[in-house]
Amino acid sequence: MATKAFQKIYTQITQITKATCSLKATNVGAEELATVDGRLAQVVKIYGDDITLQVFGGTEGIPTNAEVIFLGKAPTLKVSENLSGRFFNAFGEPIDGGATPEGEEREIGGPSVNPVRRMQPSELIATGIAGIDLNNTLVSGQKIPFFADPDQPYNEVMANVALRAQTDRIILGGMGLTNDDYLYFKNVFNNAGVLDRIVCFINTTENPPVERLLIPDMALTAAEYFAVDRNEKVLVLLTDMTLFADALAIVSNRMDQIPSKDSMPGSLYSDLAKIYEKAVQFPEGGSITIIAVTTLSGGDITHAIPDNTGYITEGQLYLRKDTDVGKVIVDPFRSLSRLKQLVIGKKTREDHPQVMNAAVRLFSDAANAKTKLENGFDLSDYDERCLKFAKDYSEDILAVDVNIDTTEMLDKTWEIFGNYFRQEEVNIKQNLVDTYWKN
Amino acid sequence: MSTKGIVRGIVSNLVTVQVNGPVSQNEICYIDLNGVQLMAEVIKLVGQNAFVQVFESTRGLKVGSEVSFSGHMLEVTLGPGLLSRNLDGLENDLDKMNGVFLSRGEYTSPLDDDSEWVFEPLANAGDVVGAGDWLGQVDENFQPHKIMVPFVFEGSYTVKEVRKAGTYKINDTMAVLVDAEGNEHKVTMVQRWPVKKAMKVYREKPRPFKLLETGVRIIDIANPIVEGGTGFIPGPFGTGKTVLQHAISKQAEADIVIMAACGERANEVVELFTEFPELIDPHTGRNLMERTIIVANTSNMPVAAREASVYTAMTIAEYYRTMGLKILLMADSTSRWAQALREMSNRLEELPGQDAFPMDLSAIIAGFYGRAGYVVLNNGKTGSITFIGTVSPAGGNLKEPVTEGTKKVARCFFALEQARADRKRYPAVNPIDSYSKYFEYPEFQEYIRELAGNDWIDKVNALKNLMQRGKEVQEQINILGDDGVPLEYHITFWKSEVLDFVLLQQDAFDKVDSVTPLDRQKFMLDLVTSIVDTEFEFDGFAEVMDYFKRIINACKQMNYSAYESEDFNKHQAHLNEIIQERAVKN
Repeated sequence: MATKAFQKIYTQITQITKATCSLKATNVGAEELATVDGRLAQVVKIYGDDITLQVFGGTEGIPTNAEVIFLGKAPTLKVSENLSGRFFNAFGEPIDGGATPEGEEREIGGPSVNPVRRMQPSELIATGIAGIDLNNTLVSGQKIPFFADPDQPYNEVMANVALRAQTDRIILGGMGLTNDDYLYFKNVFNNAGVLDRIVCFINTTENPPVERLLIPDMALTAAEYFAVDRNEKVLVLLTDMTLFADALAIVSNRMDQIPSKDSMPGSLYSDLAKIYEKAVQFPEGGSITIIAVTTLSGGDITHAIPDNTGYITEGQLYLRKDTDVGKVIVDPFRSLSRLKQLVIGKKTREDHPQVMNAAVRLFSDAANAKTKLENGFDLSDYDERCLKFAKDYSEDILAVDVNIDTTEMLDKTWEIFGNYFRQEEVNIKQNLVDTYWKN
Repeated sequence: MSTKGIVRGIVSNLVTVQVNGPVSQNEICYIDLNGVQLMAEVIKLVGQNAFVQVFESTRGLKVGSEVSFSGHMLEVTLGPGLLSRNLDGLENDLDKMNGVFLSRGEYTSPLDDDSEWVFEPLANAGDVVGAGDWLGQVDENFQPHKIMVPFVFEGSYTVKEVRKAGTYKINDTMAVLVDAEGNEHKVTMVQRWPVKKAMKVYREKPRPFKLLETGVRIIDIANPIVEGGTGFIPGPFGTGKTVLQHAISKQAEADIVIMAACGERANEVVELFTEFPELIDPHTGRNLMERTIIVANTSNMPVAAREASVYTAMTIAEYYRTMGLKILLMADSTSRWAQALREMSNRLEELPGQDAFPMDLSAIIAGFYGRAGYVVLNNGKTGSITFIGTVSPAGGNLKEPVTEGTKKVARCFFALEQARADRKRYPAVNPIDSYSKYFEYPEFQEYIRELAGNDWIDKVNALKNLMQRGKEVQEQINILGDDGVPLEYHITFWKSEVLDFVLLQQDAFDKVDSVTPLDRQKFMLDLVTSIVDTEFEFDGFAEVMDYFKRIINACKQMNYSAYESEDFNKHQAHLNEIIQERAVKN
């Protein structure tokens, strides 16, 4: 950051912790940016002339006589069409070797949309993955995370979804990405020839963790530019939000705040909501859809991070390896898209809701049958048929490598119903059975 | 002259203000930020320092900024025109705000000064009146909106004059009252009231007993809520809290419904904005939005205003209750409100209670639920506020402080269960753990017998027993295997499944099934009772499941058909055929 003329330079730091430093200064605004020894920092606490700064890059090696310069503004991003195809760090500085793009300077983490100026989301986002399109349909303006264990291929599935989805713009916010995953995304976007419609803000594991706190706001400020100013359909990918929350915990710990559940700050819900609630459908056609990743520890969704996330987002998607068919599927039991009701049976064929529920119910009967089998009980004829159904359903429809459209998914499901069940066993409205039943 | 102050410290939305005069706890003040006035509330006082929580973002605020104190607590404006509004947590009219984004310091009035109302006097000159007494009424949408003696008036007054019937504006003087000292007081259609103070302008608060019909069978039949009752819906995410709440709000037989969307998803509020104006109130045939007020503080709106939002909604409810109306107040979710309290308590560096919540959390919850209730007004008329709050327990664990604090005070418990939701059994209200204490009230039992028949209570109790028994035998079957238990166990289990699938489960997204009026509920209760009371014959357990699945299927087809329609009768005839196949004939 360039220094401007007439800026007052402070050189007496009174206190330094791992993430913050304090000094005496006047005429400083809340949330104002500063540089400490050239590193970016932000004001988090003011009392009289005592100022506490959160230093994004960490405070290692900062001397008590380091130069502190206040920049008189909150963090900003210069937005314009020139962001297209570019890779930035958490401060919005290019990391792809190019020049800083010019544009209108906007504060990140800006105000919320007035709820009465939103429009109800109603446009389906097709991905070709039945675990999503059929069972947990995505809608533009929605926010939904993958809840995944670190060993699951969530970044791959997410990249797939992003490329197949019909959107004008993809914005990637990478937090604590491994360098390998960063290069993976870069390659995938490159090979798919979509570089001109992506923007990436990347913080890798090699960067200081506190810097991550800026990534979602950077990505979403860019998203708001494209969605509001240019009426584009924007898809924002945020991975991994667990590492973002961990960074929040680090900062609140350094500021001596009392932790609540799982050592997370008491404000975790609001902090996460501010990000996810940027997902919106505007009446003029622009929209922001957020697909995020929240990694779990041993599948535990009662941990404060996935728990708070689940209360904020409009559903969640779980990946699971179906050992019976050896493929990764989107788990039909625990996954949920809250907004699917707005499109299924309306933007898709009328039988969609009932077919979806019936198939999941039968899949659940199959799971019960499997438990019975494992406990050494005999299976009834119905149990046997459920197990066969589950295998076909998982392999031909649910597996994430299958890529078919929703109507085809519905037809295929009816076909499998017909192979194993009688009409009254599927519990579907008679008029739909009359129209669509096969065999 | 009112008290002034200057900003001394800022940590997020907690600001320390040095004051030059008297300040009261919970007083509202305005902080000047380059000409924009940020509203804030005093939450702690130490010497010359007032700690205030700001209802807006404090970004860019500097030490030394000027603060002016208003001399009153957080108040709402009450008067005709509140119905159909979309308000924020501080009672600003969201529709009147400019721009796509909310801007700081923009405060808009919930009422229209220029709107005209047709007034009809109810009091006469010479009448002796007190706070809350009716002076006249105007027609608001289709409800008679009473113009009342302002609630802040203490003691008795003599009516000197009430305006004649005619058309007036809200700020016109509608009546002149004279107090004991002979001073005259002018009364308009508008009054103000501090949100954190309960309105107590009624004669008494008896035990509630009248069924509040919701059209949701698992509530009306098994866990009924009453006019003036309290209930809560705890549930992990994804179990259908919001869907259930929306269903109740659309269908409940209330005069006015107030929805407090407290720290929840903006898209859910948008759903209300979009759908309510399109829907018809099943009881009056009027547009649903005409009887609705939405108070929205979505999760990305400022945290301090979130706490205020539930109080704002409750105060508006109390105002309408004093007009003798039946109010249904829904708050989604009270956990977010508790979290807002926690964030402030944390910034104030108070010693925390369990899970870092403030120590007095359960007292605050109890105080809030206590404001609901069925009341007899001073003129003998009755009014009620039925309050249903949702709770979002962290990690789905019902032993956390908000759930526990709420359980102590709410009389109905609609326990949403993950396992039930996973099996897509909606509404995922656990039929065994949930309860309504009103069901045990003798007053209620008498009322429901009158309304729905003498055998209602016994039938419901019998079905509850069956549900419990069904769960027990299912566990036995799981442990011992299908052929390790008597045939009778299978039959009992499947009868409980009939009860579950036909009566307790309900499709909130189906036009017909989503709402069941009481007469149809009575029909279904009788139908299911007669099925489970029938003795059936089977040769082996393998036949039992197939047979009952056919019964369930036939009943579900009935559920999806309009009551007593051709389709309905067809499916019922089919059901009877199935029953005759195996019913033991006496």
